[in-house]
Amino acid sequence: MIAATRLILANLAVAIVAFALGALMAVMQAVARAGVQVPFGSARMYYLSVTAHGVLEALVFTTFFIMALGYLVAGTTLGRVAGLKWAWAGFWVALVGTVITTLAILSGTSTVLYTFYPPLLAHPAFYLGATLLVVGSWIWCGVMIGSYRAWRAAQPGERVPLAMHGMMTTVIIWILATAGLAVEVLVLILPWSFGLVDRIDPIIARTYFWWFGHPLTYFWLLPAYVLWYTVIPRVAGGRLFSDSVTRVVFVQFILFSTPVGLHHQFTDPGISSGWKLVHTFTTYAIMFPSLVTAFTVIASLENAGRARGGTGLFGWIRLLPWRDPFFASVALSMLTFALGGFGGAINAAYAMNAMVHNTAWIQGHFHLTVGTAVALTFMGFTYWVLPRLTGRAIAWPRVAMVQPYLWFVGMQFFSIPNHIVGLMGMPRRVYTGEYQDVAAAQAWIPLVNLSAIGGVILFVSAMCYVGTIVVTMLVSPRGERLPMEYAEAMAPPEPGPSIWDRFGVWTAVAALMIIIVYGPPLYRLHTMARFPSLGFSPF
Amino acid sequence: MWAATGMLALFLGAIVVTAIAGSAHPPSHVETVNPDTLRTIGEFATPGVTVNADGGVTVAMRAEFYVFRPEVIRVPAGRPVTFRITSPDVLHGFQIVGTNINLTVAPGYISEATTTFATPGEYLVVCNEYCGLAHHLMQGKVIVEGAP
Ligand code: HEM
Ligand SMILES: [Cu+2]
Repeated sequence: MIAATRLILANLAVAIVAFALGALMAVMQAVARAGVQVPFGSARMYYLSVTAHGVLEALVFTTFFIMALGYLVAGTTLGRVAGLKWAWAGFWVALVGTVITTLAILSGTSTVLYTFYPPLLAHPAFYLGATLLVVGSWIWCGVMIGSYRAWRAAQPGERVPLAMHGMMTTVIIWILATAGLAVEVLVLILPWSFGLVDRIDPIIARTYFWWFGHPLTYFWLLPAYVLWYTVIPRVAGGRLFSDSVTRVVFVQFILFSTPVGLHHQFTDPGISSGWKLVHTFTTYAIMFPSLVTAFTVIASLENAGRARGGTGLFGWIRLLPWRDPFFASVALSMLTFALGGFGGAINAAYAMNAMVHNTAWIQGHFHLTVGTAVALTFMGFTYWVLPRLTGRAIAWPRVAMVQPYLWFVGMQFFSIPNHIVGLMGMPRRVYTGEYQDVAAAQAWIPLVNLSAIGGVILFVSAMCYVGTIVVTMLVSPRGERLPMEYAEAMAPPEPGPSIWDRFGVWTAVAALMIIIVYGPPLYRLHTMARFPSLGFSPF
Repeated sequence: MWAATGMLALFLGAIVVTAIAGSAHPPSHVETVNPDTLRTIGEFATPGVTVNADGGVTVAMRAEFYVFRPEVIRVPAGRPVTFRITSPDVLHGFQIVGTNINLTVAPGYISEATTTFATPGEYLVVCNEYCGLAHHLMQGKVIVEGAP
């Protein structure tokens, strides 16, 4: 039995419940925007629902799923999770925080969206709950690092398995990211929301938020990459392209995922264009490991297809296991991510950004990346891991087989119209796009309706997933547990640890880079003559 | 690896060249203002269009709970138009649909962007930063008038 199975299942359960609630909110949003009457439909409910959907999907579902995956990887590659008591404590702290924040949102006193930009002011419980969720995740970081160090001490001179290497980079990125969030929430927002100080500077708060917000996306993405690199080649019947190249890729994410946040603030006042240009450079640096990932993962799939007897330039593709729900989820995720990455290059382009900033294009974009590349990979992974954790076979194999394709189709319907309507100028986060029927806004309507159809297909797919998982856990009989195996590399790793396994060194370099690219603009903001703002709660 | 490096060099080259040669920068004005007295003191107390010595115009604007002031803005075609905009309450957005004018509006800060409208006509202005329950009702209009 895999170490810490109950802990892993508990974290997975919270993740899946959050996902299901978030999906329910989302389908109502998608059809409400198309003018369909939904229960309790009103602007107030719409923005409340968008707040809940953003928090539940982007923060709760992802964080709990990643914590589960982290414990699984530690348990299987290192043989044990050190400090199980702490791990359970972290789980409960994060869960209590999640419940508090969710109740604050549902009470209608915290409709500030998941980005909670001051001077929008929510109920203090909203920020307190979010803080507890992050504190719980910090305990997870501690347990992961502790497990890794215990293993290193017991196995001197051995190289940590690749999957754990990837999870350690995820842990480090999360620590670097949440440092910015901690300043924003603990130093600026909490005292202000409790009334201890009455003013806050919105641009400074935003700058700390995006110090957190961009590496957040890599915190989501890297665990998916870990599965693409270390599990999927085996599922497909092939081998990983190269162990050593993969380690270099992971370390590059430690270096480049944080010092880039100003690319979310291209349109902001108060920050000069020189520093925005610097962050543009670092942003393009991070496309390098992403492109290498695309090439090497495809190479390992080609290896699998040829091992199955595929020939010719494309003949190997047909022979891949397209009926396996985990494989199909990941293959479709990768395809979707290619589209998303292309759009991302436009978002990040310094001057082109003004065409798309805060338009519906953005919601189209991140539903391709986190909403599909990450979420669909995680869903597919559940089908693969449950029989290995519990010995229960997936209850409805045919539903599981179709579900990833349904998600993929639904997402194209949802996302492509959102991209187009965004280019036509429709803003994101609006209850309706009517704008008193001016001609420019009239032209958006058919596309919004099309995206609503996509939303319904997505919801059906989400319910197929949740239903299959729930029935599997409740009804499927326990049998033999399948073995949990990782892919072997075509080029095996050198035996001993190398410079790419020195996490301490790379974390220090990353911290230095953050100081270099954030120090001067933040120093200037903090020291210039400013007029901080009172709080407002217009909801 | 080489393909990845090549693609990146191309992207970055394009950005640096346009940033330097065409001065294609994002809006990055650094100037602060007191949001508490916005409605009573200074250029934002009487928002509107003023004509500059060079024939261009400057538009001083407030974005505030659910309206742009002024709601209707008349500017000439073919001349440089500078928008200066700030907020007395929360964050708002200022986006002129069909152009690349797209600004974050923050209390305490003045956002600025300059453009030249080539073609006369009416443009929709929307708020694209969530600002409260009537965020979707916040709209304005820019009317670009033909050269006299
Ligand atoms: C059932 C499938 C889903 C549907 C139909 C859906 C639909 C939507 C819609 C209609 C919005 C509001 C757009 C707006 O008014 O700006 C939205 C926002 C969002 N969605 Fe989804 N979504 C789904 C799944 C997901 C998943 C799986 C994730 C992430 C893991 C996700 C992350 C987000 C985020 C972060 C926002 C932004 C909220 C905000 O603007 O404050 N969604 N989604
Ligand atoms: Cu507004």
